[in-house]
Amino acid sequence: MLSFIARRLGLLIPTFFGITLLTFALIRLIPGDPVEVMMGERRVDPEMHAQAMERLGLNKPLPVQYLDYVGKLAQGDLGESLRTRESVWTEFLTLFPATLELSFAALLFAGTVGLLAGVIAALKRGSLFDHGVMGISLAGYSMPIFWWGLILIMFFSVSLGWTPVSGRIDLLYDIEPKTGFMLIDTLLSDEEGAFKDAVMHLILPAIVLGTIPLAVIARMTRSSMLEVLREDYIRTARAKGLSPARVVFVHGLRNALIPVLTVFGLQVGTLLAGAVLTETIFSWPGVGKWLIEAIGARDYPVVQNGILLIACLVILVNFVVDILYGLANPRIRHQR
Amino acid sequence: MTSPIPKSVTPASPVDRSLLYPSPYKEFWHAFSRNKGAVMGLAFMCLVVFCALFAPWVAPHDPSEQYRDFLLTPPVWLEGGTWQFILGTDELGRDLLSRLIQGARLSLLIGLSSVVMSLIPGILLGLLAGFFPHLLGPSIMRLMDVMLALPSLLLAVAIVAILGPGLINTVIAIAIVSLPSYVRLTRAAVMGELNRDYVTAARLAGAGLPRLMFVTVLPNCMAPLIVQATLSFSSAILDAAALGFLGLGVQPPTPEWGTMLASARDYIERAWWVVSLPGLTILLSVLAINLMGDGLRDALDPKLKNAA
Amino acid sequence: MTSLALRAALAAIILGTAGQLAAKPLVVCTEASPEGFDVVQYTTAVTFDATAETVFNRLVDFRPGTTDIQPALAERWDISPDGLTYTFHLRQGVKFHTTDYFTPTRDFNADDVLWSLNRQLDPNHPWHAKTSVGYPYFESMAFKDLLKSVEKTDEHTVVITLTRPEAPFLRDMAMGFTSIYSAEYGDQLLKAGTTGELNSKPIGTGPFIFQRYNKDAQVRYKPNPDYFRGKPPSDALIFAIATDSNVRLQKLRANECQVALYPKPDDVPSMKADPRLKVAEIEALVTGYIAMNTEHKYLSDVRVRKAINMAFDRQTHVDQLFGKGNALVGVNPYPPTMIGYNSDNQNPPRDLAKARELLKEAGVPEGTVITLFTRNGGGATNPNPRLSAEMLQADLKQIGLKLEIRVMEWAEMLRRAKKGEADLVSTGWAGDNGDPDNFLSPLLSCDAAKTGENYARWCNSKFQELITRAREVIDNDERARLYAEALKVYDDDQPWISMAHPKMFTAMRANVEGYVINPLTNNNFATTKVK
Repeated sequence: MLSFIARRLGLLIPTFFGITLLTFALIRLIPGDPVEVMMGERRVDPEMHAQAMERLGLNKPLPVQYLDYVGKLAQGDLGESLRTRESVWTEFLTLFPATLELSFAALLFAGTVGLLAGVIAALKRGSLFDHGVMGISLAGYSMPIFWWGLILIMFFSVSLGWTPVSGRIDLLYDIEPKTGFMLIDTLLSDEEGAFKDAVMHLILPAIVLGTIPLAVIARMTRSSMLEVLREDYIRTARAKGLSPARVVFVHGLRNALIPVLTVFGLQVGTLLAGAVLTETIFSWPGVGKWLIEAIGARDYPVVQNGILLIACLVILVNFVVDILYGLANPRIRHQR
Repeated sequence: MTSPIPKSVTPASPVDRSLLYPSPYKEFWHAFSRNKGAVMGLAFMCLVVFCALFAPWVAPHDPSEQYRDFLLTPPVWLEGGTWQFILGTDELGRDLLSRLIQGARLSLLIGLSSVVMSLIPGILLGLLAGFFPHLLGPSIMRLMDVMLALPSLLLAVAIVAILGPGLINTVIAIAIVSLPSYVRLTRAAVMGELNRDYVTAARLAGAGLPRLMFVTVLPNCMAPLIVQATLSFSSAILDAAALGFLGLGVQPPTPEWGTMLASARDYIERAWWVVSLPGLTILLSVLAINLMGDGLRDALDPKLKNAA
Repeated sequence: MTSLALRAALAAIILGTAGQLAAKPLVVCTEASPEGFDVVQYTTAVTFDATAETVFNRLVDFRPGTTDIQPALAERWDISPDGLTYTFHLRQGVKFHTTDYFTPTRDFNADDVLWSLNRQLDPNHPWHAKTSVGYPYFESMAFKDLLKSVEKTDEHTVVITLTRPEAPFLRDMAMGFTSIYSAEYGDQLLKAGTTGELNSKPIGTGPFIFQRYNKDAQVRYKPNPDYFRGKPPSDALIFAIATDSNVRLQKLRANECQVALYPKPDDVPSMKADPRLKVAEIEALVTGYIAMNTEHKYLSDVRVRKAINMAFDRQTHVDQLFGKGNALVGVNPYPPTMIGYNSDNQNPPRDLAKARELLKEAGVPEGTVITLFTRNGGGATNPNPRLSAEMLQADLKQIGLKLEIRVMEWAEMLRRAKKGEADLVSTGWAGDNGDPDNFLSPLLSCDAAKTGENYARWCNSKFQELITRAREVIDNDERARLYAEALKVYDDDQPWISMAHPKMFTAMRANVEGYVINPLTNNNFATTKVK
């Protein structure tokens, strides 16, 4: 077991370096530099430009810049945003809880509804419910997510007025960002009605973001459940006279969940990426929007380290899923 | 392929030989057509392909022609609509139906070219990774891990920012982003096949490496790849739409469905058809492709047939 | 008796709480996040709204709703006859903000002015190098060469000496980049080694005190009780960041914000029809235009440029892009409200046949391809550049020119357009101070052609001579005459396709009072309240 974990960990290191190299190269390849963006339409005095580039350390040859960057990383220094001069780490910590909260809510929605629908569809195979669930989930990941979001806003927020239009909370509540998670902060504050308001603001974005994971989890649960239900040991359990509920949930679901677990893990990556579009539509102040704007402003430290942080998170989640999968399925553990 | 069950022959009624041994294609079609959804998907896609091929003749108007007197006309079934513009017009007075039909060309082109552009290198890299598992393989897989760790949309945005917006660059960006999944899939399939007897036999018979790779092993790995290809065809269309939405897609006035959606966002309250119709078209097309993909997977892999 | 006392007490409690309930914050929906709060480092309008208009003041200000100068931190000023020396007599008794991170020990005085200006001017100032990309406005307006020295003669008098007479100088001093910081606060940060906090915890003399910035979500301010023009009437000011104009309108309708900046012109009619909302409008000092690269093979010929101008259907374009009546069709580089506007200049009437003739004369082959660079998002000067580009494309097709539209990301477009890679560039300009030179020098001067921001790369010596002279002359009538002449030269040579002078709109709830819309597109809420 330990060697399995150690091997997996060992693979992470070159991946990590690969990511730093890739993000560094990518952002430098984009034409334009931060000084030009700052000046905008106005003229850029070549002397001023050169001075600014020197101050930012951008006039050194690229390999030197890369080594500087990696050197600083090794010391835990993630640099400062070129625009706001705030530490990248601080900005990330300010914005990431918003993305995390949204992703968590989306995953919760997708997980509970998806698992339930998948299990029931598997049990009632071939029925109208089954076809309905499969059809809807197929539609779910065939839609452009931003279109879906706009339609939902149009319907639920503008026409029906059931949910607010955008943002995390009504601005009349002055909530101090102690943890960054609006749900927790509103509970900690003593403003009445703030928690309920925060929840209302979270509903629609979570549904939009969770639509695709919901579809994938439902389908995966169903097919995995169907496979498990055909197995001999299920037949044995039934023959032994165990109640159907026990058969399904204790014997069946536990084994069916294994592939679903990997899917869950993969969805985390999708969520963090898909959050970009959702954040844009719902004016949700998270990291997705932050990164897209940083690319546009050529804010090198933010782009490089922001993407690095997210990538590390994705790798971490996949790593944990790998370990859990290995724990659950001994065949994988002993494979090459 | 299942072996045919020979019928007991009664000499009185001569039996058509071809029925006894169904060709692989017939058998495939038989399995595929059992899935109603897949057939419907196929039918819709045929419609889309037809529109794409014969767009200039099928479309009632020139998609770029701006009828400045008919800006934002509603579809024919709403008040203010006219039969001249069945699905209404957009903010520049261009016929929506013609733009959607022309857009079929672009979306199919984007889907097809991005799949081909990532399939071929993906298969190659996967084969190499599978056949050289000691050094080359792990390096390739690490590279793919790196690419997979980055959020795909951001990666695509960065690539388009480097290359500049435009149709070809959008396709390149999408192709690069979908590459890792092909490599992983091919490698897994190849490694599964490499231990089989027929491969050992071929090696003993003296088959050279290229022959081994492309003639012996690859054809047996195609099934999951084909399914993945249909999936990425549909996600290519969605990715192109997303890039168009962020303003990094094809250049105007090309009527790509996603870009149409993006520019129509401002009219969501006044002229909902400019937003809903392109979105609906994307939904139906991607749905059709996914249904087909499902049907393909069921028909090609008997193990999965019962599961889904 | 007791019941009366009880009732009185009850009434007092109710009125007291009612007073608290009546604490009305003013929520303003803005279009982007401020880049930072150290205003001199930035150029975007939203950053200026969030800093220069709230936290800071300058020596002089623009009278609300106009481009006239009024005293601010300087009560009065004297200008020497040769136009080289400006003496500012500072207002006394102005206090800097007190917050939980800074308490001033003295009132505003000349040291603060010196600190703020010398920081940008003098390379030896301890704060000069504490910036990431420099001081964009200070540098692009060549203040480094213009200012000879900034000195004080006593605690309440500052003398600024220029190297040459500059007519727009006083107006320049009303611009955001001359905002006055607290020298004491600067020293405090320097001593503590936390100079970066100037960008996140600003201190000024302005109507609002900075409270908190939740990144990408909101900025909160509270009113400054010691503001020298009187405490602002609203109990709190909140900037809600909503990048999408549809979202801003939806929030306004739901009363989640009381003021929405930069509404779409298309939405204006429905907003005006809504009894809960009202719309303020003004003919702003902005121009949307398309620059024609005069170094291009065919575009260097004035006949070709005239032909293009004849083919462009300006009226339809303005009506379609902005909505009827929401913009003036552009003729001159700047709108009619500024001096020197030459009303004799007219756009050529639309004449496709004549245009074709001119092209043939100039020897342009049928189907010649011209590229148009435009950015991929809308802005104040053009809400939908793609739409503009597509309309021009259709128009040019009718005279046999093929327009290739290249939508690109803003940063990339800037770089390429400044290098002269484009044939046509679709862009815009918003005036900073109401002076014609602020439009003409950065966009059409020979200097700007060399550095690239004159996208037309047009250098006309007669034009240049006229605007250089107009810049130095102090007499307004003389300047007007010179500018009118310069504009005639411009009109003869037509380096641009003039498009429009859009009106600026601000949407708000019907019960918002005291907001004055400004022609310079900045937004100040010092006198605004919700009734």
